[in-house]
Amino acid sequence: MADPMKIRANVVGDSTEVKVLMSHEMETGQRKDAQGKVIPAWFIQSVTATWNGKTVLAAQWGPAVSKNPFLSFKFKGGAKGDKVQIAWVDNRGDKRTDEVIIA
Amino acid sequence: MGAPATRRGGRSRGTRMALLCLLAAAPVLFAQTTAVDEIAKYRAALLEGNPAELWEVRGEDIWKQKRGPKQVSLQQCDLGLGPGVVKGVYARLPKYFADAGRVMDLESRLLWCMTQLQGMSDTDARKQLFGGGNDRKSDMEAMVAYVTSESRGLPMNVSLADPHEAEMYRLGEKMFYFRGGPHDFGCVTCHGDDAKRIRLQDLPNLTTKEGAQKAYTTWPAYRVSQGELRSFQWRLYDCFRQQRFPELVYGSDASIALTLYLARNANGAAFDAPAIKR
Repeated sequence: MADPMKIRANVVGDSTEVKVLMSHEMETGQRKDAQGKVIPAWFIQSVTATWNGKTVLAAQWGPAVSKNPFLSFKFKGGAKGDKVQIAWVDNRGDKRTDEVIIA
Repeated sequence: MGAPATRRGGRSRGTRMALLCLLAAAPVLFAQTTAVDEIAKYRAALLEGNPAELWEVRGEDIWKQKRGPKQVSLQQCDLGLGPGVVKGVYARLPKYFADAGRVMDLESRLLWCMTQLQGMSDTDARKQLFGGGNDRKSDMEAMVAYVTSESRGLPMNVSLADPHEAEMYRLGEKMFYFRGGPHDFGCVTCHGDDAKRIRLQDLPNLTTKEGAQKAYTTWPAYRVSQGELRSFQWRLYDCFRQQRFPELVYGSDASIALTLYLARNANGAAFDAPAIKR
């Protein structure tokens, strides 16, 4: 199973700033191994962020996103103590969901 | 570049050569400062999302796990400030450990705890010292990330009070200035002057207090180009490879002596790692 994400969420003015570090290889499918064989593409395909059950961000990613990606975004609303949940699914169907309390 | 001028000779050869040199140097210098600025910007952009944190989280987990034949965690491991104490230990390492009878750095001490406390064989403890992607994750590098992160912000305070430590420092200093190998290289060849670089990488001048402090306090680091967190043992290992020296044995006295020499020279500076590097 994939390693946990590292998530931080802080109230900034009337919105919440969320910073997420994900642990993923993000293989492009363009590289070859030592034997010259293509390393199959393996990357996070969809990312969803929810706040109190409501989707605040939905993204579709491709192989151009870096290894161990860092995502930072803001959404209107959010108060200290609320829950923000981040979930990703990669092209192999592996998933990971983590959550954090807004500080 | 200077070849045609040399061949033609003539009275003004010296002047012409000097002019050519100037012309040749100007764009290089210009390009260098811009590139360095751009790299600094790139680093700043990466700083808030340092993937080293992923290693720290995993390392803390491994540190607390019951592992090895004896099924104990490393929470009884003494890194120099008492069993289980992690906070601030890295700023005081390497140091002399009476129980082991030798000066140890963090990596060699962790190996010692894994064999002595957890009952692992030396081979098992050394199974994956350097990480290599998703299939070959290094427990050692993760633990190093965790332990070093607990010294962030603290001043480097490496002691030479014990005669063993003073001896190792002297040895490390000797190694730093020692030149050898097929390229007649030594650490000092690259790290003895200001403003040297390999391609676009600035090389710290480790013979100055400032240079030594800046360099030592920013290792371990997440290397973006490798997608891996690298420990100080790795840094030295790779420097030896680049110098075409014999392979530096992980946790050897040679590696520890050099580490102690560099760590001690960084005394007084605030430790600021795991960092992020190109």
